[in-house]
Amino acid sequence: MTTNHRIQTPILKVENLAISYETRKGDVQAVRNVSFEINRGEAHGIVGESGCGKSTIAFGIVNFLGRNGKIVDGSILFQGQELRGRSEEELRRLRGDQVAMVYQDPMQALNPSLRIGDQLSEVLIVHRNLSKEAAHEKCIDMLKRVYMPDPEAVMLRYPHQLSGGQQQRVVIAMALLNNPALLIMDEPTTALDVTVEAAVLDLIDELRREFDTAIMYITHNLGVIARVSDRVGVMYAGEMVEQAPVEEVFLNSMHPYTQGLMRCVPKLGLSKESSYLCPIRGRVPSPAELPPGCIFEPRCDYARPRCRQTHPELRQAAPGHFIRCLFAEEIAAQEWQPPEDLIPDLTALMARKAEAAEPILHLQNVRTYYEQESRSVASLIGLGKKCYVKAVDDVSIEVPKGCTLGVVGESGCGKSTLAKTIVGLEPLTGGEVEFLGFDISVPVKKRDIKLIKELQMVFQNPDSTMNPSFTVGHQIGRPLRCFKTVPRNQVRDEVIRLLEAVKLSAVYYDRLPRQLSGGEKQRVGIARAFAARPDLVLCDEPVSSLDVSVQAAVLNLLLEIQQQYGTTMLFIAHDLSVVRFFSDYIAVMYLGRICEVGPAEAIYAPPYHPYTESLLSAVPIPDPTAEQKRIRLSGTVPSALNPPSGCRFHTRCPRKIGEICETEEPPCRDAGDEHRIYCHIPLEELRKLEPVVTVR
Amino acid sequence: MAVSKRVMPRISARPSLWQRLRDAIAPVLASKVALVGLALVVFWILVAIFAPVLTPYSPLEQDAEAMNLGPSAGHPLGSDHLGRDLWARLIYGSRLILVLAPLSVLCSLAVGTTLGLLAGYFGGLMDEVVMRILDALMAFPAILLYLIIIAAVGASATNVVIAITIAGAPGIARLVRSLTMDIRTRDYIDAAQLRGENPFYIMWVEILPNARGPIIVDAMLRVGYAVFSIGTLGFLGLGLPPPTPDWGSMVCAGRRYIWANPWAVLWPSLAISSLVIGLNLFADGLREETMRYQ
Repeated sequence: MTTNHRIQTPILKVENLAISYETRKGDVQAVRNVSFEINRGEAHGIVGESGCGKSTIAFGIVNFLGRNGKIVDGSILFQGQELRGRSEEELRRLRGDQVAMVYQDPMQALNPSLRIGDQLSEVLIVHRNLSKEAAHEKCIDMLKRVYMPDPEAVMLRYPHQLSGGQQQRVVIAMALLNNPALLIMDEPTTALDVTVEAAVLDLIDELRREFDTAIMYITHNLGVIARVSDRVGVMYAGEMVEQAPVEEVFLNSMHPYTQGLMRCVPKLGLSKESSYLCPIRGRVPSPAELPPGCIFEPRCDYARPRCRQTHPELRQAAPGHFIRCLFAEEIAAQEWQPPEDLIPDLTALMARKAEAAEPILHLQNVRTYYEQESRSVASLIGLGKKCYVKAVDDVSIEVPKGCTLGVVGESGCGKSTLAKTIVGLEPLTGGEVEFLGFDISVPVKKRDIKLIKELQMVFQNPDSTMNPSFTVGHQIGRPLRCFKTVPRNQVRDEVIRLLEAVKLSAVYYDRLPRQLSGGEKQRVGIARAFAARPDLVLCDEPVSSLDVSVQAAVLNLLLEIQQQYGTTMLFIAHDLSVVRFFSDYIAVMYLGRICEVGPAEAIYAPPYHPYTESLLSAVPIPDPTAEQKRIRLSGTVPSALNPPSGCRFHTRCPRKIGEICETEEPPCRDAGDEHRIYCHIPLEELRKLEPVVTVR
Repeated sequence: MAVSKRVMPRISARPSLWQRLRDAIAPVLASKVALVGLALVVFWILVAIFAPVLTPYSPLEQDAEAMNLGPSAGHPLGSDHLGRDLWARLIYGSRLILVLAPLSVLCSLAVGTTLGLLAGYFGGLMDEVVMRILDALMAFPAILLYLIIIAAVGASATNVVIAITIAGAPGIARLVRSLTMDIRTRDYIDAAQLRGENPFYIMWVEILPNARGPIIVDAMLRVGYAVFSIGTLGFLGLGLPPPTPDWGSMVCAGRRYIWANPWAVLWPSLAISSLVIGLNLFADGLREETMRYQ
């Protein structure tokens, strides 16, 4: 009876929730009309782009809205009891220790000056009145449950002594110590590398089954949501526009926004030749100026006159499938045609690629080390041994003219350093860089201005790519003046032409960076890089901090410009689907070394380097039916200060064959067609590996 | 057909001069603290500008008939031991201090900013050399530094400015250095290097404008300190030579007759403190507001 009863009352039931924030410009409704429920043992995903109100819902539930936020309408039932309108004290009693929350940044949840053990056991000592010894015991148990290696030792460490993935595990362990009925996770893996993310997601899944916890999982990543949730709610501009079981959402999405989101992400394994990305036009309206009818109407490809007047309610379109759209059934039946204005025609680019091109950039045994002094007394007086962080160690690659080389790897593998070394922002420690036959092994300060012009960079962070003090026009115009690309009196016209090339209009000329969105800043950064008409552009994670719909637009833009100018590109990213989509050749890096390099399609199919294989098995795929081999790396990336001997990957390699991996550098195995794998395992065996991902 | 629709950008074009001015003063208006401070400072600025209109007396005019008087109809704030009108001396004194204090801060800004940019941008040996010299300077107590400098070069308005510049520059250099080291790592600095810009362009055009907020707030506080320092130097007899209506020396001169005529000490002391407090409140309010904006 009791179990039956439990199933019937949802752990969390949110109805018609509306939350608004007071701002200087009056109240802003950040969340409107949101309803959903989560049952015991169920994971409910909430997905949407930034600024859609995902986190606001979570904060509303735990009453963390801050001084200017308040719940203005609706109800939140936690285990059948109303939370709204209760005092702080009552809330604490009602919720007790039954709701736990895990945030994106584990460092914010951990006290940096307390040992892990003290922080964990405090929870039990305070809430459960356990003795110190009993609490310690339980904490170690819990750390074992979250697969923390060496829990006894971890208990004695401080948070900064753990890696990001380990910290997040501690936070999850802390959240689970009280055995909460509801666990709210707000982007818990966004800051982690894919391999660590995969392990954390496995863990969440396991814990849900084991503890029967209800989980509310918030993320912007469609792949992650497909992996963890049972039901998914799609948020757009403060409203839930679609809600359905996970398979329904991914295979049979009915709302135009959800469909649009799916078309924005490249599927793993698909390339620019065989597919295209279709961005959603326009941008998310600010909560202060919502359209009167359907909120998605201004960006919708199917919009009809009625959409502009009538605000659709959330309705059931199929059993368990709720949508907020007036014409969903009709559009589902309609064959979707990609709008021509959003998808670039890349035939010329593909044709050019077919011609065998000679290398434009040639790297031979490139090394970039950072000096780091050891913290001994001897080093204080200048006698200490110098240590080196080997950020890039012995890298040799070539980039053919007009092609794109993608570089992938986890954070700290030396991708960015490699790019900065090539453009000359980091001094070369050893090796040679040759560009168009010229030796460019010198830093940028010593290079000729004509050479500087040919190598430009697109940066990762939209907020720091532009100088906040100058207008867009000034910043794009500056390289034109420096390199004398066009005569002085034509600079303005050229800037406007460039702005149009990156799909921004001339009105942006006089704007300051703070008036632009992230995607717009990134476009300006691209325009600035291409203003010099360079031969080689290095893109350092140009889309990784953008929302998916903007990401698709920026990727299309880069392809279009590449086609127009015939530019060669080096494309750095950690997202394997994006790299595959964008690149002709791919290099996989680990701890400053290249493990595998070759044509893009060859990298994503056997023979694999074991590291590539485990990366591929960790990528979250936005398709709940896709089957992925489960390979999880143990341990953490070793320090580049003292990299492992022999093959650098041997400490974590699931296919380590023996002592040879620890003692000898792996040989280069040529798998044909410029595909090179650096591994001790014979090629024949690597060839026998099964593909990691199979999509039905 | 539906495809041709575009979401129109809603931000207006270049902001007008008026708009930008309003943006600039918005933080001041939003903070009560800053407003009170501003009122005090503006009061002294107005007094300084209109000094000749506000009193019939000259600050140097002695009247043997009216020595050490309290406030009266003839002398609104009283008179000093030589029979000079205190109000006249006070308001002409404000002219002096309102020129010297900002001037000395501007000088230390010029020196400190240059050194801070050089140390922060180039780092390495340049940083070590510049910062160690400045550290040595900072190790001296400010008063001792003033005494040494004035003793070496003599007391005059120019030398007061020089002394305050030397004492103030290290602090500014430290601030600018730390701001520079932070801004130097931004991507737009890399982008500038990839245009082959020379280091001085990067320092002055790319970095400095983005460091201006904290520098301006710091400079405001420093004008306050400078007022204080000028007063101190005047009091110690190291400021401007005697007949000049310097607030510090007025306090010093009045000190001898403090029991007979406390007014001669009270007014200049009040003047110094009100100006210093005004500048500090203004700077504090400004800092809080600008921080809230970020």
